[in-house]
Amino acid sequence: MSDEITKVSIVVSKGSLDGVYPGLIMGNGALMEGIEAMLFFTFFGLDAIVDKRMDKLSVATVGNSAMRMPGGMKMPTILGMIPGMSAFATYMMKKEMEALDIPPVREFIEMISDAGGKIYACKAAMDMFHLTKDDLCPQVEEILTVGEFYEKSAGAQIIFT
Amino acid sequence: MAAVELLGKTIELDADGHLANMEDWSEDLAKELAKQEGIEELTEKHWMVINFLRKEYQETGSVPSIRKLTKQSGVNTKELYQLFPKGPAKKAAKIAGLPKPKGCV
Repeated sequence: MSDEITKVSIVVSKGSLDGVYPGLIMGNGALMEGIEAMLFFTFFGLDAIVDKRMDKLSVATVGNSAMRMPGGMKMPTILGMIPGMSAFATYMMKKEMEALDIPPVREFIEMISDAGGKIYACKAAMDMFHLTKDDLCPQVEEILTVGEFYEKSAGAQIIFT
Repeated sequence: MAAVELLGKTIELDADGHLANMEDWSEDLAKELAKQEGIEELTEKHWMVINFLRKEYQETGSVPSIRKLTKQSGVNTKELYQLFPKGPAKKAAKIAGLPKPKGCV
């Protein structure tokens, strides 16, 4: 099949736990299928590869209209503001993930890197947040400009998350 | 349903190209299946993975995730991708005579 996907380039632009996981799962899933994968972390997505922050990502409960309470009842969005709500939703999501054998963010990044996936950080976002390479986890290969991102993405399907 | 001739026997395959009947599997057949996947020789590490997968499948009824595999079989992620290049989960399961893994991780 000539239209088979052979490479994916995934952009992770959000820094909430639920914003980061889809990109990680898709990247790792690609590698599992023998598809080459690179992940590019930009804007708040950078938090997933900032060493001091990656273990503390949380679920955003404010303004999330799809939020449901345990049992499945829809949660009025205003309740998302209650202190502890985000921590609770984060706890619940982490618990469910663990049950599905989906690793925590740090372990997931290590797994992807060990599997041959490439991890990159966005230069503009790094500058904006006053971060340097030393702030990032060791799996990050390089800090790329947008131009370099497109160069490295040659031949890949680009997926924005 | 597709079938292949291997070791002088007709072996039935499922829609994904994996063994349709687990009973057809033998260590010799695994070596043949490996060759079809481009793995010329099954080393001790390959067998650690294959045996772990088979044991897990017999105990739980499903092919374990890569995470479980790399944590418990004694073969880490890097090694796993070297042993079974280009799609370790599917390839290892195929050689072990098991169905295609169903999980996302």
